[in-house]
Amino acid sequence: MATVDVDLPHVKDEDPHHHGPAKGLGRWLYTTNHKDIGSMYLIFSLSMFMIGGIMALIIRAELFQPGLQLVEPNFFNQMTTMHGLIMVFGAVMPAFVGLANWMIPMQIGAPDMALPRMNNWSFWILPFAFLILLSSLFMPGGAPNFGWTFYAPLSTTYAPESVTFFIFGVHIMGASSIMGAINIIATILNMRAPGMTLMKMPLFVWTWLITAFLLIAVMPVLAGVVTMMLMDIHFGTSFFNAAGGGDPVLFQHVFWFFGHPEVYIMILPAFGIISEIIPTFARKRLFGYSSMVYAVASIALLSFVVWAHHMFTVGMPLVGEVFFMFATMLIAVPTGVKVFNWVATMFRGSMTFETPMLFAIAFVVLFTIGGFSGLMLAIAPADFQYHDTYFVVAHFHYVLVPGAIFSIMAATYYWLPKWTGHQLNETMGKLHFWLSFVGVNVTFFPMHFVGLAGMPRRIPDYALQFADFNSMASVGAFIFGFSQLVFIYNVIQNVRAGEKATAQVWDGAQGLEWTIPSPAPYHTFSKPPKVD
Amino acid sequence: MSGSTYYVPEQSKWPILASVSLGLLAYGAAMTITAMTADRDSFGPWVLGGGFLILFYVIFGWFKDQIREEAEGLHSDQLDRSYRQGMLWFIFSEVMFFCAFFGALLYVRVFSVPWIGGEGDKGVTNMLWEGFTATWPLLQTPDMKQFPGASAVIDPWHLPLVNTALLITSSVTVTFAHHALKENKRGALEAWLAATILLAVVFLYFQAVEYHEAYTELGLTLNSGIYGATFFMLTGFHGFHVMLGTTMLFVMLLRCFDGAFSPEKHFAFEAVAWYWHFVDVVWVGLFIFVYIL
Repeated sequence: MATVDVDLPHVKDEDPHHHGPAKGLGRWLYTTNHKDIGSMYLIFSLSMFMIGGIMALIIRAELFQPGLQLVEPNFFNQMTTMHGLIMVFGAVMPAFVGLANWMIPMQIGAPDMALPRMNNWSFWILPFAFLILLSSLFMPGGAPNFGWTFYAPLSTTYAPESVTFFIFGVHIMGASSIMGAINIIATILNMRAPGMTLMKMPLFVWTWLITAFLLIAVMPVLAGVVTMMLMDIHFGTSFFNAAGGGDPVLFQHVFWFFGHPEVYIMILPAFGIISEIIPTFARKRLFGYSSMVYAVASIALLSFVVWAHHMFTVGMPLVGEVFFMFATMLIAVPTGVKVFNWVATMFRGSMTFETPMLFAIAFVVLFTIGGFSGLMLAIAPADFQYHDTYFVVAHFHYVLVPGAIFSIMAATYYWLPKWTGHQLNETMGKLHFWLSFVGVNVTFFPMHFVGLAGMPRRIPDYALQFADFNSMASVGAFIFGFSQLVFIYNVIQNVRAGEKATAQVWDGAQGLEWTIPSPAPYHTFSKPPKVD
Repeated sequence: MSGSTYYVPEQSKWPILASVSLGLLAYGAAMTITAMTADRDSFGPWVLGGGFLILFYVIFGWFKDQIREEAEGLHSDQLDRSYRQGMLWFIFSEVMFFCAFFGALLYVRVFSVPWIGGEGDKGVTNMLWEGFTATWPLLQTPDMKQFPGASAVIDPWHLPLVNTALLITSSVTVTFAHHALKENKRGALEAWLAATILLAVVFLYFQAVEYHEAYTELGLTLNSGIYGATFFMLTGFHGFHVMLGTTMLFVMLLRCFDGAFSPEKHFAFEAVAWYWHFVDVVWVGLFIFVYIL
């Protein structure tokens, strides 16, 4: 990325439209300010992360030893389902949208998001959507219990009554995501300061531009698939029922046409974050900026033609198996480019290891492990062994927890001084990092072994030979879970007090957001800054 | 552009009310439908009704604010571009919504129905219903008790052909209206817009006639297997969009009577026109893939 020189006509504003935040609750309910909305997204995401985390701990507590101890199998299924749904749609996605809200206008020199009222609407739909989803836990028959992928006919013919609430919850959640994504694209394409050409944009902005495109393309498909479920359940259609000429496998095709791009929606912004942090702490420009952009774009495009690798064992024609296998393996190429570039950026850099950098380096290493196990799963004949085992659970948790979640934590630590105006407490940050790092690996690494040995996922009980690794994973999960309290403590402490942060915050940091004071003023740029 | 100040819209109560409304609509709809299937009473319709009330309040209030602010000249060119891009991406998301259903139709026709009929790679599935033969339109479903197939399907060369002509014509008339607006010919604008709405209403009427015929004479229902499912899903979802589009066109007509829109600035009108063209294009896809092929 080109270095930017900025003149600062914008710190003091006398424009009558630009006033400070309103007082009281009204500020949050009616706000059109990207920083307020970003904060709400992030707080919402953190609370969902805690709720989803408690569910994960219930799962791990039950799996601490073989046999049924703590919960009924049906409740166990509700926990796996709700844990997945809440973490994907309630924790990871809103966290990235919150970061986008906070950072994109500041990084491209915009006053705010392009459509500020719609921005507020996108956020406020989410609490209602998740209230609906969580309320299903108290309904007769319990919450959705068919897994976060809600395969038909488990989610249609054999579903609890609450499935209908789940369907409508997904509908409004999807509306929220689509509006959020439209807003982000309009902001990036239309609100850049003069001189901020596309190929000068920070990578976080680039990855979000592409992610927003993916969201607009696939969230409607998710809405379509749940609509077909609704019709099958209540209005007598037979989309997913072979007795009427439909096909349950059709569900899987439509779902994964949404689902695979969805996976990348949860990782591309993470790539952007890591590409911001590593150059800062290696004190070097990002290696291969343009190849990073093209790699993200190719990953996004490929994500539309690989969906059936989730369904190798369902009984597809051989041509399909082969096509989806090779298309999937192709994704390793641009992903490899990215990992190479991150490492090359660090090579011979003047590295320091502040908390954001620790999370970023852990991301590169652990995400790559998740990437490699993904490559193993991409091999169709091998997948017949791995499918629906804990190996799959290990794989996607490696890309989502030390991948997406670590990147969100890295981003929080990296930009928090800019948001609050207080320097980080490095000691507590590092404590949080090391506890999380150990916890994550102790939790998810043993899952590879039990998975390869044949332990099925989504089962509350297991054979005796899996006991040791499972108890290990449960201990790790509790370490990881409780170490997030340190994270919450760090954030709250940083909001309340701390050493005054400079505008620059990190001495190697580049980009427009570091030219404005910390904390960033309520309205960042009232006039477009000049970018050379 | 440098030197001009940015414009950020002030706080508004509409988004939060719109969210409350969506929440009530979702919860109320789920309550109502669940109770309907379980054949019991619920207060779902009240929740749903409350959601609709708030929704209408929001629609009127939000657009009113919007129109007022535009009249006050608060909308910069930049905001106008954001609106345009927003509308285009919204239409793209709608296209993808239809793609899900078109994709489902494609999949059952090309893959799953022939497989259950014993053809192709997965023809072994025929053992589930031996003797079932795959045809399209699928009048004989595998399980005729559970999903009684239709006796016949809609003939594309009667009402659907007329409807195709109606919608394509309406796309042309709305364009005429747009040109009239740009040339500031208000009379022609109102006349062409009214003509568009008339064509749309006739289209909807014919769709209703066709549905009536399907249900009463042909036995073609939601329950008549995958043909009925895809037929009603695609045409019904499209019809719903036509209804929305017609309402939007009607609002535009009322605003024209009210003297709104200048030859230079009329984004609302253009957005509705775009939406209308999108609805037309989807219909052409429907006519080819649902009715003819």
